[in-house]
Amino acid sequence: MRSASDILNAHRGDPTRLVQILRDAQHACGNWLPARVLSEIARGLGLPRARVEGVAGFYAFLNLKPVGRFRVLVSDNVTDRFAGSAETCGALCQRLGVKRGHVRSDGRVSVDFTSCTGLCDQGPALLVNGLAIPQVTGERLDQVVRLIEADTPVDEWPADLRRVQDGVRLQGPVLGATLEPGAALHRVLHASPDDVLATLKDSKLRGRGGAGFPVATKWETCRTAPGDSVVVCNADEGEPGTFKDRALLMRRADLVVEGMTIAARFTGATQGFIYLRGEYEFLLPHLNEVLSKRRAAKLLGTGICGDRGFDFDVDVHLGAGAYVCGEETALLESLEGKRGVPRHRPPFPVTHGYLGRPTTVNNVETYADAAVIFGLGLEAWKALGTEQSSGSKLLSIAGDVERPGIFEVPWGTTVREVLKLAGAGSVKAVQVGGPSGELISPKELDRRIAFEDLPCAGAIAVFNESRDLLEVVVNYAHFFAHESCGFCTPCRVGTHVATRSLDKLRQGRGSSAELAELGTLTRLLRDTSHCGLGNTAPNAWRHYLDKFPDDLARRLQAGFVPAFDVDAALVAARTARGETP
Amino acid sequence: MTAKVRVATTSLAGCFGCHMSFLDIDERILPLLERVTLDRSPLTDQKHAGPCAVGLVEGGVCNEDNLHVLREFRAQCQVLVAVGACAINGGLPAQRNHFEVGDLLRRVYTEEPGLTRRVVPDDPELPLLFDKVRPLHELVKVDYFIPGCPPPAEAFWAFLSDLLDGKEPRLPKGAIRYD
Ligand SMILES: Cc1cc2nc3c(=O)[nH]c(=O)nc-3n(C[C@H](O)[C@H](O)[C@H](O)COP(=O)(O)O)c2cc1C
Ligand code: SF4
Ligand code: SF4
Repeated sequence: MRSASDILNAHRGDPTRLVQILRDAQHACGNWLPARVLSEIARGLGLPRARVEGVAGFYAFLNLKPVGRFRVLVSDNVTDRFAGSAETCGALCQRLGVKRGHVRSDGRVSVDFTSCTGLCDQGPALLVNGLAIPQVTGERLDQVVRLIEADTPVDEWPADLRRVQDGVRLQGPVLGATLEPGAALHRVLHASPDDVLATLKDSKLRGRGGAGFPVATKWETCRTAPGDSVVVCNADEGEPGTFKDRALLMRRADLVVEGMTIAARFTGATQGFIYLRGEYEFLLPHLNEVLSKRRAAKLLGTGICGDRGFDFDVDVHLGAGAYVCGEETALLESLEGKRGVPRHRPPFPVTHGYLGRPTTVNNVETYADAAVIFGLGLEAWKALGTEQSSGSKLLSIAGDVERPGIFEVPWGTTVREVLKLAGAGSVKAVQVGGPSGELISPKELDRRIAFEDLPCAGAIAVFNESRDLLEVVVNYAHFFAHESCGFCTPCRVGTHVATRSLDKLRQGRGSSAELAELGTLTRLLRDTSHCGLGNTAPNAWRHYLDKFPDDLARRLQAGFVPAFDVDAALVAARTARGETP
Repeated sequence: MTAKVRVATTSLAGCFGCHMSFLDIDERILPLLERVTLDRSPLTDQKHAGPCAVGLVEGGVCNEDNLHVLREFRAQCQVLVAVGACAINGGLPAQRNHFEVGDLLRRVYTEEPGLTRRVVPDDPELPLLFDKVRPLHELVKVDYFIPGCPPPAEAFWAFLSDLLDGKEPRLPKGAIRYD
């Protein structure tokens, strides 16, 4: 077993690597972080003990209390729910003889839910000690139970059980790119910064992670900001229902790193990071292999492509189960070994990012797109898309469709066309862009996926006539309440208060009082939260209340109803008195 | 002069601290009473509320009787106000929510040393406890919340003055307290 000091040495005693150190230490200590180990790490890094514990306490995948030696987490996105995740969880608990949320008495196993694991097209999915296991039903579920009972370490489980499909159903210029590694990079190597900038501007490339910020502006601001700049790839992909970066990293990791290297060439960065969500730990060996191959091919490292002044390398950092770390400033905090609490902005990362240095943070797909633009040329790119949304977009489609998976479509494609591609039947609603995006009704299927109309970071979740939309909205609200980092009160408290009102509606106890409360919370969260998580948390319920009045009306009570069953709440006291309740 | 406005107050699972703080408006109670008639209130000892414009409720709901009184207030008062941490969150009494109420009753009345009669009190006059202490808004619709433990006298004064003047009540900054 690795000792704390071995682990610290492997990370060069570097406090910015604290999250990575804690992950490794947990792995070495049987899946949790005893107080003694936290103290040793604090001493070894010269950090206050409270800081180390504060960081460990922030991340859902770091455990300050013992969990099972096999920690089984069942993905609980709403599409997983509809695919039977609750049944899978129930079956696992029953077969393994453990209560959900508890550790079995022999300490071997614990089972619980976790937020979306990005395997919605292959659900119900599990993470077992961090490694993804897709499609856990029937024989595969039996197999999981047998392996745990046989005490077989997860890394030794059959490859077949752990195999994640890339899920690509439709290729476009990015997923289908046949560029040789380095081909795009060579094109910018001898171009002047002005030429590169002109191409970026002309391409109208905008960020693919949600906000759609123009890439040319971001890169140019970073390039001209004083200091050693840094290139960061946001592979946190935490928005429930989004799994397109997973496919890109499985199939086109080279292209992504190439895009990062082009950004480095342009901005002058020598250091790069891929911040990979903890749920995608299974991709780590592959990514490291791609990076070493590129180093061997002189496409990374010192003197890239034989240019003595061109040094750049990339390090993969793993997250540890925090959606908010997809927000770029929280991500940077996490990269610096801190709690993932979003920073005040401005200053923005482009001028003051990683360790205060100018930092370009872009989504996985944005970097791949940049590589394609330089590799295949502007014309091919500009041939696709709309006025404000150029090129292609990767969509990850899940829910009630015959062909869930990844579809690369030109921007401007209508939702109706997308649904046809994926094979949707009767549609009650579609969630575009994940819980923070927009819930649309069947009347809106001709809207276009484009920044001008329906922006979308990738997730499309389809719900058919049989689904309870309020269950969808309640699931999303609980997701935000769970993922709120707790830094600011409107979001920390507001997301929880909202779940209560929504739960009440769902139980058929809601009235106009709850609607008024949700209205107040919508304004409060949207206008006063510190970051995008709180700002967008009300979207799903707001759209539901606005667009599905009939669905709502049949659940509303005429007058105020208590939040709980008053008679049932008296039973315990009656029993204690010796009355028969 | 216009007719006086009827105001009722009550304490449920609270400590009367909120009422004491209300009285800290000191001599301003005189001009207030020129505009207000106190209906049911610990200050009048009137046992039931009649139709009122405003009801101020201190304390959360810990037993059947609390609920009964709260419902009477809701039925009689046009504007119902949750006053203080207990009414808004359950407050101090809600510390028992971490325990199972049946267990608590048995431990306190049958297991503690020094008890002579080891039974859980069962006089039908005694209101039954709820499994948890709850804030008012889980049981009835609440129109306004005045935070604080207790809210400062200034908060009562500002709130009632605004309401009596027919304005939407707004607490001045220093009057919004969470302690
Ligand atoms: C709560 C929250 C979560 C986010 N999660 C992600 C994410 O998982 N991946 C991502 O690329 N961007 C995410 N973003 C957006 C990033 O903050 C940032 O805008 C993006 O990484 C910039 O890259 P782009 O311009 O290439 O889109 C998130 C934002 C918020 C507010
Ligand atoms: S809005 Fe939510 S997630 Fe963002 S800083 Fe505030 S508490 Fe944290
Ligand atoms: S809020 Fe404070 S002062 Fe008011 S009843 Fe509760 S404990 Fe007493």
